[in-house]
Formats: sequence, structure tokens, C-alpha cells
Amino acid sequence: MDKLTRREFNKLIALGLAGSTVGLLGAPKPLFAARSNVLVIGGGFGGATAARYIKKFDPSIDVTLVEPKALFYTCPFSNWVLGGLKQMKDIGHTYDNLKSTINVIQDEVVSIDPVKKTATLKGGKTLSYDRAVLSPGIDFRWGATAGYDEAASQLVPHAYHAGPQTELLLKQLQDMKDGGVVALCAPKDPFRCPPGPYERASLIAYYLKQNKPKSKVIIYDAKEKFSKQALFQQGWQKLYGNMVEWRSASSGGAIKRIDAQKLELETEFGVEKADVINFIPQQWAGKIARESGLTDESGWCPINQKTFESLKHPNIHVIGDACIAGDMPKSGFVASSQAKVTALAVVDLLRGIEPEPPSLANACYSLVGKNYGISVASVYTFSETGITNIKGAGGLTSLEANEGQLSAEATYAEGWYASLCKDIWG
Amino acid sequence: MTLKQGVLKLTVALSIGLVTIFGINCGGGGTDERAKEIKRGQILALSCTTCHGPDGKSAGTMPSLQGKSAEYIESQLKRYKAGEGSPSIMDRFAKAYTDEEIKLIAEYFGNLK
Repeated sequence: MDKLTRREFNKLIALGLAGSTVGLLGAPKPLFAARSNVLVIGGGFGGATAARYIKKFDPSIDVTLVEPKALFYTCPFSNWVLGGLKQMKDIGHTYDNLKSTINVIQDEVVSIDPVKKTATLKGGKTLSYDRAVLSPGIDFRWGATAGYDEAASQLVPHAYHAGPQTELLLKQLQDMKDGGVVALCAPKDPFRCPPGPYERASLIAYYLKQNKPKSKVIIYDAKEKFSKQALFQQGWQKLYGNMVEWRSASSGGAIKRIDAQKLELETEFGVEKADVINFIPQQWAGKIARESGLTDESGWCPINQKTFESLKHPNIHVIGDACIAGDMPKSGFVASSQAKVTALAVVDLLRGIEPEPPSLANACYSLVGKNYGISVASVYTFSETGITNIKGAGGLTSLEANEGQLSAEATYAEGWYASLCKDIWG
Repeated sequence: MTLKQGVLKLTVALSIGLVTIFGINCGGGGTDERAKEIKRGQILALSCTTCHGPDGKSAGTMPSLQGKSAEYIESQLKRYKAGEGSPSIMDRFAKAYTDEEIKLIAEYFGNLK
């Protein structure tokens, strides 16, 4: 490896990311062609990161970000709000810091024409693009469980899109009597944030232990196992005793029907009543991806796992929860990691350069109690078989971790969120 | 000369010019090889920037990498990889990278302004 001075190194980075493998400036298109135009749809973890990094990697590209919300509430840390450890204002992020370099439009994309390379907004405007990055997140499969549709979610919140739903569930928990039962229904795979429901059960238990200690949380699971299971179960036992109960699908966890008015759940063992129900439905890719023909029969978006370009329509890259990305789970950190390598790929492709293989990662912290954190780490590489987890690396917090280490993990969880959000929303 | 040929010639000229201006010594590997290494380092480092900050400056409790030398970062990552660091998520991350990749990541952060 030859030694460059710091100045030389940074000039190489600035002048086109050490450019291409064919020359320091990369392909010459930007010297003569009209300015390239990238449209980013969705301003969550994936979309906002992609918009910022495309602009960072090539300031000559015009980047437009379309997002309906002026204030974006993150699902990560919304469980901390339910536990009383954060407030809604702590998890809301505006787009103000993106606006100096990115054209942020507060609107919703209602249709995409992949042939004309245009997108139409709810407000009526049509935007054209050279390449689009779509990060639409998830939607719920309303009706997949009998009795649970969008109207029912106003009585029995899913709280899996952070915002008013989080506030509704919070209020129900606050209004519940001591000695009440909270039923938390976790969905089948694949779904957004695999440890999310279990961190939620933990932090609801944390709240109840402080305020309503005779109460109970029962997790009705549509699965036989779950993310970070041994760590969560160890933590529940240590911190909450028998306050948290988990039922696998085959042990009465699978929900056949829900009555949102009566707050009843039906499993194969009969009908049970709860005082608060948090029902997290089955999921699929966000509506705009489904309606634009970007999904397959699974309801998720197949992509070229090197560039995240859709296998259904060229020039549209799909990132985040909506895409099928090999071994990668659906998480905010993953969406951001995918967005960065996609930003590089988009810049390269616009310059006529073949993108380099990506390197991706996931770091996910969960809180089991106030000073009790656990984490999972993974690094992913790209090969002919797609994106795969690097074996022999990554993994979970040790089950042998001592109190100090678990407390440090809780501190790092806060740092993780602060850094992640700063990187994305500035 | 077609436009494409003209563009190609200009690119080559500019590339040579850059090498001259910056006085980059690319040794036996050549400019392409060096540029490729730097780009690989940047791609690998993108995973780190989410917690440690895009400029190596962390916004929260995660340690900042800004101002730390490439040699220091490389030695720390290798300690984590060998399981010699204090147990944290970094032990698990460092094991995913070869020594050569660790060197490229360290070089990227060590050169940040």
C-alpha cells in the first residue's frame, strides 16, 4: 500500500471517491452531460440517508427527496417512549438540515412511470428522474388476521409506525388499571425490526413495574422463536420475574381472530380477554412499491443485491424494509447501511462506471431495562449468491455479560441512536 | 474525432494532470490499483460511520475516531479482532474483516480532515 499524504488522500476522495477503477476522475459524463437528477422517495432511515450521501458523494447531482411528513418519528426508540424513558419530542426529526443541499418536497408520490422515468405527486406535480431511490418502508396486511383492519387499529394500536399510534398505545398503558393484562401480539417473519416486539414487552414491563406492579405482559407470538431470545428471556427473569410471559405459536400464541371492541383474542385454546392489546400485523412493502409493480408474489421487492436496483424496473433502486436483501434483516440501521452503498452505486452508474461490490452491516441495540442493554452485530458481503452474513463474526451480547457490560450496552444504545439520527437527519 | 473519443482523451489528460499536480507516487501498483484500494477502504468504512460519524466525529456516546492516527485505529481493531479489547459490539464487528481490510478502514479514518 503506497503512502499518500493526508492532503492527497482527501483530494482523491473529494474528486470522485478515488473515482473509478479506470482513472482518477472516473467516467467523464458529468463534464459534458446535463446535471444528473436523482429522485429519492421516502424520508426514513433509508431514503434520507440515500439523499444525503448521494449529494455528499457527488455534489453535482440534483437530489430531490419526497416525504409526506414534516416531522418523522422513528420506530427505533419509540419503545423507550412507551417505557417512560423518552418523550415523543426525543424521537421526532425534521428535514431542516437537509434542505440546504437537497430539494425536500413535503408531498406523497402516488404513482411512478418507470418507462418515462417520472413520478407523480399527490399534489399533482410530476417529477422526472435519471435514477430513483425508493425507500417506502412497510405497510400492514390489513385483514390477514380476522378482525384486524385499519379501523380496528384505532382501538387496538399496532404502534409499528411511530407517531400517533405510539401515543395511543402509551395512553392506553397509562389509563390501564393496576393488575391489568397487556397482550402484545408479534407477527410472522419477515417483519420490520425483529427484536422490536420483545424490546417493547421489556419496556412496557419496565413501566408497569414502576407504576402498576400487579400487571402482566403476555406476548402472543406467531413464531416458534424470536430474535435475541435467550438474552431477552434471561433479562425478563432477572428484572421482571414472571411479569412477562411469552407464548410460542404452538403454545397458544397464534392469533386466529381479534375483537377490537371487546378487547378479545382468539387462539386455538379459546378466547382470552386483555386490558390493552398491541397487535403488530403481518407486513409487506409500502404501497407505492406494490402499486408500481416493484414487488413479487411475496409482497417484497426483488433487487440486484449488488446495486439495489430493482429486478422489476431499471433505474429504480429499492432499499430498506421493502427490499429482499439476502441475509439482511429489516432494521433502521440496515436501511441506512443499504442507502450508503446504494448512493455509491447510483453515483457510479450515473458516471457510467461499474459499481464495486458493497460491504454492509447491522448494529442493533435493544433495551431490556433502564440500565440493561443487549445488542446484535452483523457484517455482510456480496457474492454471486447475493448478500450473505460473514460467518465467524458478528453475533450477540454474551449471555455471561456482567452488570457493568449490560449497563455499558444501554449507554451505547443511546449513543447508537444519537449517531444514527445525526448521520441521517443532521 | 467523435465526442466520445474527445471526452476520453480529456479524461486521460486530466487524470495525468491530477497525478502530476498532487505528486502521487503510485509505485508498482499504479494509480488504478491505489485508487481501487482507497475506494474499497471507503466502502468498508461506510459501515463504521453510522455510529462513529461521517467525519469520524460521534454525536453521542460512541467513541469518535476523528484525530486518531491510522496506526492507532488499526492496532485497536486488531486487538478487538483478537478478543483482547473490553467486550463490546466491536469484538464482534472486527472479526468480520481481514487484516488488509482493517488497514484500509484505518487509513480512511486516519486521513479524515
